[in-house]
Amino acid sequence: MGIEKSVSELHELLAHKDMSSTELTKAYIERIQAVDPKLKAYLTVLEDQALAQAAEVDRRIAQGEVLGALEGIPMALKDNLCTEGVRTSCASKMLENFIPPYNATVTDRLRTAGTILLGKVNMDEFAMGSSTENSYFAKTRNPWDLECVPGGSSGGAAVAVAADEAAFALGSDTGGSIRQPAAFCGVVGMKPTYGAVSRYGLIAFASSLDQIGPLTKTVRDNALVMNAIAGYDRLDSTSVPFEKPDYTEFLVNNIRGLKIGIPKEYYGEGIDPDVAKGIQAGIQTLINLGAEVAECSLPHTEYAIPAYYLIATAEASSNLARYDGVRYGYRAEAEDVLGMFKKTRSEGFGQEVKRRIMLGTYALSSGYYDAYYLKAQKVRTLIKQDFDKAFERFDVLLSPTAPTAAFKFGEKSANPLAMYLSDITTVPINLAGIPAISIPAGFVNGLPIGMQFMGKALDEGTLYRAAYTFEQNTYYHTLKPQLSGEVLTCGSR
Amino acid sequence: MTISREDVEYVAALARLELTEQETQEYTEQLNSILGYAAMLERLDTDGVVPTAHAVPLHNVLREDQVSPSIPQEKALQNAPDADEGFFRVPKISLT
Repeated sequence: MGIEKSVSELHELLAHKDMSSTELTKAYIERIQAVDPKLKAYLTVLEDQALAQAAEVDRRIAQGEVLGALEGIPMALKDNLCTEGVRTSCASKMLENFIPPYNATVTDRLRTAGTILLGKVNMDEFAMGSSTENSYFAKTRNPWDLECVPGGSSGGAAVAVAADEAAFALGSDTGGSIRQPAAFCGVVGMKPTYGAVSRYGLIAFASSLDQIGPLTKTVRDNALVMNAIAGYDRLDSTSVPFEKPDYTEFLVNNIRGLKIGIPKEYYGEGIDPDVAKGIQAGIQTLINLGAEVAECSLPHTEYAIPAYYLIATAEASSNLARYDGVRYGYRAEAEDVLGMFKKTRSEGFGQEVKRRIMLGTYALSSGYYDAYYLKAQKVRTLIKQDFDKAFERFDVLLSPTAPTAAFKFGEKSANPLAMYLSDITTVPINLAGIPAISIPAGFVNGLPIGMQFMGKALDEGTLYRAAYTFEQNTYYHTLKPQLSGEVLTCGSR
Repeated sequence: MTISREDVEYVAALARLELTEQETQEYTEQLNSILGYAAMLERLDTDGVVPTAHAVPLHNVLREDQVSPSIPQEKALQNAPDADEGFFRVPKISLT
């Protein structure tokens, strides 16, 4: 009842008292109890706290207060976003019992907006991965095919939204971690401009690349959530002081004259021909709607993966140095302090995290800094200049969000390099710091695929306009995974 | 260039990680394969290119030096694996 609806539809129901926030919250909790034993999107469910928050909103509605756009709406947060008093584990043994003493800025802002926190959702450990297989706690399944990964690292967030276990969710995106799972699960995912959303309270992976953003059922919902979370924050020194627009003002069903560039490097080797065909059909739809489409080139694209993995791992090795068993997190006992550090870190981190710490430490170690980290930061400039040049001619660029649809469990986890290469369509965007959105754009063998629009820095608005127009003229976002049957036949309870 | 077992052991020590025999072997192979791939960056001429760290250049982000409330001691210690009388407690620090 209601749980399949968009945030904007739910708002109408609540505002007209057709449904209370308590009823809605209960419906989501029942849904989680019914499907999550199989899907495993959630690491923590906050039933009592959520119902108390909902009762509070219902009291305000009863008093006749005007309801904010997100007030009373139940949602989920990725488990690397700090929630005061609620465990924030990063899906790591290292933080299995970590209870933050403060809220992330986005947690505070969503609380102020009156949303209901249903719980914390699964991810790759420390957000390192593209399949959520690296979680210490659970394998999250793709609701479209339970044998497939949901994508990652925000896999739990994408599944919670796709399977109606939350009205929306927040994820984080360092190299595609919002957009790729959104594409794999058939939902809308926005990676905002670096600095547009405060990172305060986001447990750091790679500080110059990390960005928080919304995963939603519709483009309108996405704009509504951005309205609540974006904007300057003095607690994040990389936060950009800018005039935050009302993102919903860009939701016009009109792209006549919009100039869309098709970067040819994003359609090369490794792109599944069926995915390419689906995106081609999408491009034709946009042309029919009056967009002006032309091919362009981002010549340094092939260098993005190596540059990204050097920068991301170098920053991660530095950020994760703080996990030493002293102030919080896991501690292994040892004779002396150095032994304690080593044992704690060796036992507390999983394989992928250790691999990246090793790679990053190597890249930063004496004698190699110039050859690897500095070189990669310079290549980053070249990649950014490619985008700057393209945006002189085009309003937005368009590509597949990911080279393939969702893959099967274990298919890529044996070969780290193969897993890294599957990020080719998303990492250049993080390197350049620009915004990009993934929206549902069709199906390949019954699995959703995503179309990615990339935009100029702080021009999320034009991305919303393009995405909204495409959505309003296609039906992909209205299709739902057929879950109940499968979940019952798999019979995990 | 190739990365030897000794390199991997040295880096593990820098990163305060204790690797098993199997991990040492695996990471040696994998770091070679990943860094071998990354060697393609050498093909690019980056002389005179300024490194990038932020999409929107920000400079000198400063604030007034004012005292304001922060997390109280009990809260700061509540996640500590071992705390005593307002301190974090650790095993002995040997200087050998």
